[in-house]
Amino acid sequence: MSAFWQVFASLIQREIRLAIRHGADSMMVVMFFVLVVVLFPLGVGPEPGILTRISAGVIWVAALLSAMLSMDRLFQTDFEDGSLDLLILTPQPLELLVLAKTIAHWLTTGLPLIIISPLLALLLNMEASGYGVMLAALALGTPTLSLIGAIGAALILGARRSGVLLSLLILPLFIPTLIFGVSAVDAALTDLPSKPQLLVLGGLLLASFALCPWASAAALRQAAE
Amino acid sequence: MFNYFANPTRFLRLTSKLQPFAMIVTLITMGAGLYYALFQSPPDYQQSETVRMMYVHVPAAWMAMFCYVTLAASSAVALIWRHMVADIVAKSTAPIGACFTFLALATGSLWGKPMWGTWWVWDARLTSVLILFFLYLGYMVLYNAFDEPTRGARAAAILAIVGVINVPIIKFSVEWWNTLHQPASVVKLDGPAIHPSMLTPLLLMAVGYTAFYFWVLFIRTRAELNANKVRALRIRQAEG
Repeated sequence: MSAFWQVFASLIQREIRLAIRHGADSMMVVMFFVLVVVLFPLGVGPEPGILTRISAGVIWVAALLSAMLSMDRLFQTDFEDGSLDLLILTPQPLELLVLAKTIAHWLTTGLPLIIISPLLALLLNMEASGYGVMLAALALGTPTLSLIGAIGAALILGARRSGVLLSLLILPLFIPTLIFGVSAVDAALTDLPSKPQLLVLGGLLLASFALCPWASAAALRQAAE
Repeated sequence: MFNYFANPTRFLRLTSKLQPFAMIVTLITMGAGLYYALFQSPPDYQQSETVRMMYVHVPAAWMAMFCYVTLAASSAVALIWRHMVADIVAKSTAPIGACFTFLALATGSLWGKPMWGTWWVWDARLTSVLILFFLYLGYMVLYNAFDEPTRGARAAAILAIVGVINVPIIKFSVEWWNTLHQPASVVKLDGPAIHPSMLTPLLLMAVGYTAFYFWVLFIRTRAELNANKVRALRIRQAEG
């Protein structure tokens, strides 16, 4: 068992080290996130009332798109250089190795988004009461996005036009997270309890935590055949 | 039974026998259903004549879900037992299911305009059916996205199984959330809450839609199996 956790931890370590050394990938996701959010005040006009109203939705949609942008890299490089075959051949269950990679993916792309989001909420003139709930909702929601996205990333390995395909496959599956994430923040902004939505987000996270690695691992196995 | 139909020739033989039967059932029940729906059933006391939209909308929505469950189940069979015919059934079901889903969304929208005063609301039922539509599209695109057909088949099968989570969400969306869409009134534990004069055409249409599904499914599966044969022959020819 300890050997397994060693592999688990070293896999996370490897992914993070890779992300730090090719710093561009994580930075690009964050920059994309910021740019998309900045486009909205320019697009809908800078009236604070409108921006306050749409702030939660804009941040969530931008987070969704940025998460998706980084997703096709999750298994692609490993698939190309053959490390994926080695991962499949290790005696450790592939499901948990997928989980390790997904956690590392979230740490290198999801976490930076959460850290930068208060700044963007400020730019969108969000009211102070929404900040805490927004952070909590993002903290519960973005890991779900990584877990669901990993299925899509595994399914498109070796496909033609994989980038567009990935968005078609996983954006529909992101919708529940988006709905509850936005409505949690909106509830907090209108002084309603946001706990139910946060609980649903937590439930989505737990369910995808338990189920998604199975699907991703099955997809990886058939991709490597 | 299962293994018996893993042989495409046996499957073809069976479907070519069933196909005319499915066609006849479709024509009779749909014809009778439409006659009852348009002429023999009363207008609703609240919705007046627009209630006739129900007879095309509700069976389409049922079939959209039925097709998805069929798609996911046959995908699972194809994935687990490498069942070739199940794979063909899944592949042939997807476009039919997508059409039913589109039909349900389109007729629902046309019905919503006079009844709710809007073409579209972002409530749970409509959104989850829209997701179903995208799942069908994703399945079909993924199936054809690979150079090697078996890879596409397996990847798409996994997607179909993942998407099955959406089916209970659609089913219970009208009970879990307060929506404009009404809850189920036909399939209920204490019997249908709908008058026989309206239930008869609805059920006739439902049988008609189901028979239509099988009719088209048989045509599509036979076309697919023949296309596979042609492909195999071409490959053999190219290899000399």
